[in-house]
Amino acid sequence: MLTYLAQEPLPVPETTAIEPPPVGAVWPILIILAAACAGVLVEAFLPKHQRWSTQVVLTLLAIVGAGAALAGYIVDAPEAGELAMYGTLAVDGPALFLWGTLLALSVGAVLLIADRSVEPGGAFVATAAIRPGTVQDRAQVQSTGMQTEVFPLTLFALGGMMIFCAANDLLTMFIALEVLSLPLYLMCGLARRRRLLSQEAAVKYFLLGAFASAFFLYGIALLYGYSGSVRLADIGAAAAGTDRSDTLLFAGLGLLVVGLLFKASVGPFHTWTPDVYQGAPTPVTAFMAACTKVAAFGGILRVLQVAFESTSWEWRGVLWGIAIISMVVGAVLGLTQTDVKRMLAYSSVAHAGFLLIGAIALTEKGLSSTLFYLLTYAFTTLAAFGVVSLVRGPDGEATHLSQWAGLAKRSPLVAGVFTFLLLAMAGVPLTSGFVGKFVVFEAALSDGMAPLVVIALVASAVAAFFYLRVIVLMYFSAPAEDGPTVTVPGAFTTAAITLGVIVTLLLGVAPAFALDWAAGGAFAIR
Amino acid sequence: MTPTYYLLLSALLFTIGAVGVLVRRNAIVVFMCIELMLNAVNLSLVTFARINGSLDGQVMAFFVMVVAAAEVVVGLAIIMSIFRTRRTASVDDANLLKY
Repeated sequence: MLTYLAQEPLPVPETTAIEPPPVGAVWPILIILAAACAGVLVEAFLPKHQRWSTQVVLTLLAIVGAGAALAGYIVDAPEAGELAMYGTLAVDGPALFLWGTLLALSVGAVLLIADRSVEPGGAFVATAAIRPGTVQDRAQVQSTGMQTEVFPLTLFALGGMMIFCAANDLLTMFIALEVLSLPLYLMCGLARRRRLLSQEAAVKYFLLGAFASAFFLYGIALLYGYSGSVRLADIGAAAAGTDRSDTLLFAGLGLLVVGLLFKASVGPFHTWTPDVYQGAPTPVTAFMAACTKVAAFGGILRVLQVAFESTSWEWRGVLWGIAIISMVVGAVLGLTQTDVKRMLAYSSVAHAGFLLIGAIALTEKGLSSTLFYLLTYAFTTLAAFGVVSLVRGPDGEATHLSQWAGLAKRSPLVAGVFTFLLLAMAGVPLTSGFVGKFVVFEAALSDGMAPLVVIALVASAVAAFFYLRVIVLMYFSAPAEDGPTVTVPGAFTTAAITLGVIVTLLLGVAPAFALDWAAGGAFAIR
Repeated sequence: MTPTYYLLLSALLFTIGAVGVLVRRNAIVVFMCIELMLNAVNLSLVTFARINGSLDGQVMAFFVMVVAAAEVVVGLAIIMSIFRTRRTASVDDANLLKY
């Protein structure tokens, strides 16, 4: 035996070195996260007066750089998508679309966050550790400093969102969920004025968010027990043909989806939304309302289409019910609101219901229409919260609806812009909201969900009523004597609002290019 | 002893945690109940790793621990800030935002 072996020429061992993963696809994420870490170092080493300008430049450069890297990658991206980072990220058509959307939105959100013209020193507290109501607190309201940590926090949240909507396995998805949530919890509590409300919003968001992510995690554990893997495609394959107990599968699916629906503020899991949207500083609300919604629905779409398509018969009825609850709750409770930010929050719950209709139509059309709706809704809501931050009374933003009476007489431009945005949310033709609703409802109809579409149309008619109520209030009511003033915004806020308005108009008039891009590819199931 | 018992124990712990979140008033205790839920999940993950004969579940348990630690940092900071203002950590007293 030994002599035989000695005579044979030894086989050349195959090179077993692990192939380096293709990095090209994930450059945008790497740039964002690296800039976030650099932002933390800026906080540590630069003197206080230089931080704001450095952070703003660093953050915007990072987003633009990530956008450039993304554009460079899209030019010669493989048609079917590719896996990156040892298979934990699936960089496919929808992921690239969502990344582009998130990066574009976060430019607007960062401009709103960085603005110091509307409120001297910005919307953020100068020193978060000072107790509200003390002498030092009254001094910090007058000061022009702000906690510039908010910029790296934004970038970390953005990086988490980008990972979340490309995650190819549930563990990556969970980590990304936490990376996007933890900074948001903190950012909610950093308002310069009305700090009690702001801190209360942070506590509520944190406790409920952690509660929901525990459910999400238990869902992951059960699905891991069911399929022996957390890879979405493996779970899909296991669900398609196996003799394992369905209890594990459906219990896991239910818990997982509860966690996701919470983040997307859908239906009965929306209870945190109005409180947090109202209490958080308005630029942060804009960031949350736009970007978190995009990321969460990106995750929902991927989980449903990749892992659970084969079991859709079993769960679809439940999600029908949830979509109906979400639309009805959003539309009906939105009618009773007296605060602009809360009203927009309930409007976001109703929109989440519409989005869910598109997400449960498990067709190519359903996917592309939901992606398009996300794009339109996110830009509209970003600009709407930008406008909300302009209407101010003596003690900060005037968000009570009665204060908005007769706003058109004080500032026709702001009232006109807000009217346009509300009409887009209501889905009036020539705005992006109409096209978005049209494609989603069409996709749902062609997938045999006619009753759901009828309910959605009724709900959007009810929702249109409360948008119109604000418009009527702004144009046909006499302004109050001690009413709020409309601040003339500086370059940053103007740019952010203009971005939102232009996209809303453009996607309403010429939606073809964005629709084509949204339809550009399916999820990579590997 | 079959691994199934560990799964039952984990479900029980998770339920105790979830009920605790819903009925307790002190934010710190609520938060501890959430941590209990996360650790119940860890028990599930490790048991399933044993049943499936793969190490993935054990690795995941480490990730969950790291995430739980990060959550404690953020969560206690938020609860501390509201406690210093109000001199109470009761979630029932934080009631400015409603309707």
